[in-house]
Amino acid sequence: MTQNPLLDVEGLKTYFYLEDNQVAKAVDGVDFYINPGETLAIVGESGSGKSITSLSIMQLINKPGKIIDGTITLEEENLLKKTGKQMSKIRGNDIAMIFQEPMTALNPVYTIGNQIMETIRKHKNVSKKEAQERAIELLRVVGFPRAEEIINEYPHQLSGGMRQRAMIAMAISCEPKLLIADEPSTALDVTIQAQILDLLAEMKERLDMAILLITHDLGVVAEYADRVLVMYGGQIVEETAVEQIFENTKHPYTTGLLDSLPSLEKDMKRLGAIKGTVPPAHSFPKGCRFSSRCPHVMERCLESNPDLNEVESNHKVRCYLYN
Amino acid sequence: MSQQQVYKQITENREETDNNVLVQVDHMKKYFPIKGGILKRTVGHVKAVDDVSLTIHKGETLGVVGESGSGKSTLGRVILRLLEPTEGKILFEDNDISHLGNRKLRDYRKNMQIVFQDPYASLNSKMSVGELVEEPLLVNTSMSKSERKEKAVDLIEKVGLRASDRTKYPHEFSGGQRQRISIARALALNPKFIICDEPVSALDVSIQAQVLNLMADLQDEFDLTYLFIAHDLSVVKHISDRVAVMYLGRIAEIAPKKSLYDNPLHPYTQALLSSVPSTDVKNRREKIKLSGDLPSPANPPSGCVFRTRCPRAHDRCSVERPELTNMGDGHYVACHLYDNTDT
Repeated sequence: MTQNPLLDVEGLKTYFYLEDNQVAKAVDGVDFYINPGETLAIVGESGSGKSITSLSIMQLINKPGKIIDGTITLEEENLLKKTGKQMSKIRGNDIAMIFQEPMTALNPVYTIGNQIMETIRKHKNVSKKEAQERAIELLRVVGFPRAEEIINEYPHQLSGGMRQRAMIAMAISCEPKLLIADEPSTALDVTIQAQILDLLAEMKERLDMAILLITHDLGVVAEYADRVLVMYGGQIVEETAVEQIFENTKHPYTTGLLDSLPSLEKDMKRLGAIKGTVPPAHSFPKGCRFSSRCPHVMERCLESNPDLNEVESNHKVRCYLYN
Repeated sequence: MSQQQVYKQITENREETDNNVLVQVDHMKKYFPIKGGILKRTVGHVKAVDDVSLTIHKGETLGVVGESGSGKSTLGRVILRLLEPTEGKILFEDNDISHLGNRKLRDYRKNMQIVFQDPYASLNSKMSVGELVEEPLLVNTSMSKSERKEKAVDLIEKVGLRASDRTKYPHEFSGGQRQRISIARALALNPKFIICDEPVSALDVSIQAQVLNLMADLQDEFDLTYLFIAHDLSVVKHISDRVAVMYLGRIAEIAPKKSLYDNPLHPYTQALLSSVPSTDVKNRREKIKLSGDLPSPANPPSGCVFRTRCPRAHDRCSVERPELTNMGDGHYVACHLYDNTDT
């Protein structure tokens, strides 16, 4: 693949400096890229660092957290070199983000229309009236039948699925090149989840934008992503095309994750649970971070952490079983 | 006897003798009044549970699935009498408990326990694990201090924690471990029946699998009957023997697990199953898309409550409410597509 990626993240480290001199290595050396128009999914459980990775791209990391190393390149410009002012021009315009809980992301005291117009007027030189027309159009695009009325309504007047649609309208208002969707459908019921994810897929096609999809749901990954990164303990443990992750699973953690999923297709007497819990980010095991839970743990796993190696073409794994 | 055997026997005996019934819910309604105006008069009702009848057999797991607002949690709470039913009867081992006073109810409550979704909210953070597990014993039994301690240690080990965890507090545990504590507490009085209200939905998948396996083991060991309420269709399929699908306060379909998942009859069940994202990248199921949101339970549609989103709605659906119809082998569906008696 010689195509220039849209976003290129290299050696990203985001640490949190806790009390009593502990350091939580929430994101610890993450490299990945997203091509234009591609959907890249990051899967992982709580504490894997998937959300901190996405917040680092947006530079929405607050104290005691800090991006301590790495580069984040969007179309050949390093975002980590930008000033706060420059970044706020990029956020919402080039990169937009939607969150899991739209109620906390929307401002409860402003109308939906107000909030969409604010984004448009911040980034585009348009009159209030034009912005309003654009807001109505956007709401129609994301599937509101009575968009003219919705712009005057407040977030609490909408259902969860509707709020998520409004957030998507806001996020795509400036036609971003990259949309970061952090668990966009997790708080929604399955029938609504399908509506929202299909809407995102449709918007991606229409606007030719790339999506970074953060999720814990492997079913969502299978249906909506092109490529997938599996994160564990602040690092990528497996990276490959979406078919490969399910058909040719390599890392023991990914295998464990798939085995613990109850399935609609298969009947299983018992679920193959992964023993133990995710270690806290300030006290990872010395060697491989999964070693304390891994069924295939070997001596060398306890001594040093394996590198992320390409073991087949376009399939990278961080595990000593493969080298 | 394994669970499967028990269940098989239950299905065989069901038609003739129904003495395997543990809980029976009969035409249950739970309406919440909506107050309005300055005088706070009742201006309407939210029909959270609207005429639900079901039976739960000894040793089985009845799963209840539905989206938010379907009334599944309210149903669980009414069965335990944590909420008072508006109408209808609840029979526990053939005794009507729907009108029992507090004192008598307390005796029944020993037999019925509940595990909630949020293990952060349902455990008192100022009590140690030992105190939490011993509390039901202290309230309901005349056990001595040392007996209580012994029993608590036993339970704590049963749910996969260490005896030394007895002196720790809930904040020292992860979500999955806290759910184990809630389960130990629910088991303390040797209940026959446990209502599990979304017990694993706040947990990560690897931890969810641990807790589901634990619940299955405990069911075998203590001969428990579960009412398992969840929104996750795969989880419900995994743990249940029979499954009820609820929509807007009513049961749309209820059937043995295999029959429901292999051959869903109600258009809502079909849409629900087809919406679940699948990890099977080779065989894509076709999706049935539902438009719109759940209507308000304060003002449900006339006739069939699902008709506003149903792809197969016809004239009759808006006038006549469909009743649960037996389609054979314990598969019941409430839909006019299947009850064409008069056409």
